Amino acid sequence: MTAALRVVSPGLMTTLQDLGRPGYQNLGIPVSGALDPVSLRAANALAGNPPGSAALEIAYQGPTLAVEADSVRLAYAGAAAGIEVLSGDEEAGTRRLAPLQSMRLRRGQVVRIGALNGGAVAYLAVEGGFAVAPVLGSRSTYVRAGIGGIEGRALKAGDLVPMAQVYAEDREEMMLPSLPLTAPSRFRIVLGPQDDYFTPRGIETLLEATYTVTPASDRMGMRLDGPALEHAKGFNIVSDGIAPGSIQVPGNGLPIVLLADRQTTGGYPKVATVISADLPALGRLTPGCKVAFTAIGIEAAEAARRQMMADLEDLTRQLAPVRHESAIDAARLMASNLVSGVVNAREGNPEGA
Amino acid sequence: MHITPAARFLPSGDTALVVEFSDRIDRRVSALVLTLAEKLDAAAIPGVIEVVPTFRSLMVHYEPLRLPQAELRQRLGPLIEGMAATERDGRHWRLPACYDESLGPDLADVAQRTGLSVHQVVERHSATTFHVYMMGFLPGFPYLGDLPPELELPRRESPRIKVPAGSIAIAMAMTSIYSLESPGGWHLIGRTPVPLWDLRRDPPVLLAAGDKIIFEPISLREFEALTAKLTEGDYRIAPEAAPSSGTRA
Repeated sequence: MTAALRVVSPGLMTTLQDLGRPGYQNLGIPVSGALDPVSLRAANALAGNPPGSAALEIAYQGPTLAVEADSVRLAYAGAAAGIEVLSGDEEAGTRRLAPLQSMRLRRGQVVRIGALNGGAVAYLAVEGGFAVAPVLGSRSTYVRAGIGGIEGRALKAGDLVPMAQVYAEDREEMMLPSLPLTAPSRFRIVLGPQDDYFTPRGIETLLEATYTVTPASDRMGMRLDGPALEHAKGFNIVSDGIAPGSIQVPGNGLPIVLLADRQTTGGYPKVATVISADLPALGRLTPGCKVAFTAIGIEAAEAARRQMMADLEDLTRQLAPVRHESAIDAARLMASNLVSGVVNAREGNPEGA
Repeated sequence: MHITPAARFLPSGDTALVVEFSDRIDRRVSALVLTLAEKLDAAAIPGVIEVVPTFRSLMVHYEPLRLPQAELRQRLGPLIEGMAATERDGRHWRLPACYDESLGPDLADVAQRTGLSVHQVVERHSATTFHVYMMGFLPGFPYLGDLPPELELPRRESPRIKVPAGSIAIAMAMTSIYSLESPGGWHLIGRTPVPLWDLRRDPPVLLAAGDKIIFEPISLREFEALTAKLTEGDYRIAPEAAPSSGTRA
């Protein structure tokens, strides 16, 4: 028995992503992984998966997927989108999959995810996870080298995305009350490692200007438009390492924030680094979004990470059974009580026959 | 002689720290970087995720909730103290290289701009034992140096949109091999049939920082024969035994 989601239409750029592929950067292999690990973890928590399970990362326009398994439990988290569940038989009609709650679908049903609204990415997790062989310890898709996910590429129509479970466990559907996904008014950065390649005025520009996310952004880097930063001693450095959130500034003075598929090394000066706690929010930004920065110290950045990890731990504690489903269950329960009541009444009146 | 090298700690956010030994490309600096990488691997400090050697610095990726940066700095101090700039023995590779103009479309241009003949360019490139300073730019892309000074040229003014995998290229004091098809601005002088990136291998990357490379000229016919063998899977390349350290200066 195999279980899969069949890709009816792939969406704009749908890839499998987990928490990435650390450990091979010394060989030039990028870490990759989810642009918004917070939403990935939320989707996994709802599906009952470990936090780092691979899920479908959906960018801008969602896919349409048909269930080719006895049943499957899905959970969606991230940017808002209209999500329709088209039933196999016409009479059952169309249902909607609400974000931040799990739902069980049967064989032949189709889930259609529309355009994303208010964010660049969202995640669709399935209970039990996707049955794709990890490459170098991760299922994350890195298209440039053709590794991870489905043949190292984005989904295309006709693909079968294999799932580990043939049917969904019989359990209550779960929901999360909320997932705070609003962007901070100012993204927090730690200056360096090459802040000395910029004039005091260049640093001032970075901390005071408001930048706009350009459409030339992708999983590798977010290109910003706005006032140019003034370099102090050219814009070429002898290549050194690149960290997640590194803000590199090439010759035109415009910052590029390096994201999940970033190169491992680079030869442009990096004025600062977005702190790890603010990176998921950055990964959610769409072209046209405004970005401003504020500099903080390393201890404050570490405290922010500690807070983020505590909030993520808290996600699983916030999981609650879906209420309207339990209402249906209560009705079902009442109905069965009525039936058994009838039976009991009969049984309780042996003389009546 | 062991002298504590001057190292600067530069934060790269809250999950990476740069240990910078210099701002230039230099074999002694590279030796320091690779030695520290080795020492950190051996120390297996809880919280250190991975280290990435570059020309002149080592980037340490770490989990600050297990190892705050202040603590990481303290742990690095004793490892750097007394470290010698001695080059370690990396693996030695002889990579077949076809310097045919059909595979190295910039050969004639390089010859003209350096004032050498094509033959001299090939001779100089294949007579040098190159050191892998670092990997980067692409998965499996090695930065090899140092190029004989007479072959040094700035990058091409207009980069190519597609450079075929296996292309041997030069720019500035470096040479490299494009491990994947990619855009690129270096001068293409030949091609190796040996894949630097091969998913059938674990890890898929052939080379690593610290390795030594010699390019061995082959004819176009040999290139095609090797390519065919590789496709059929009956050709494997292995590093040579490293020369004994006694022969090294």
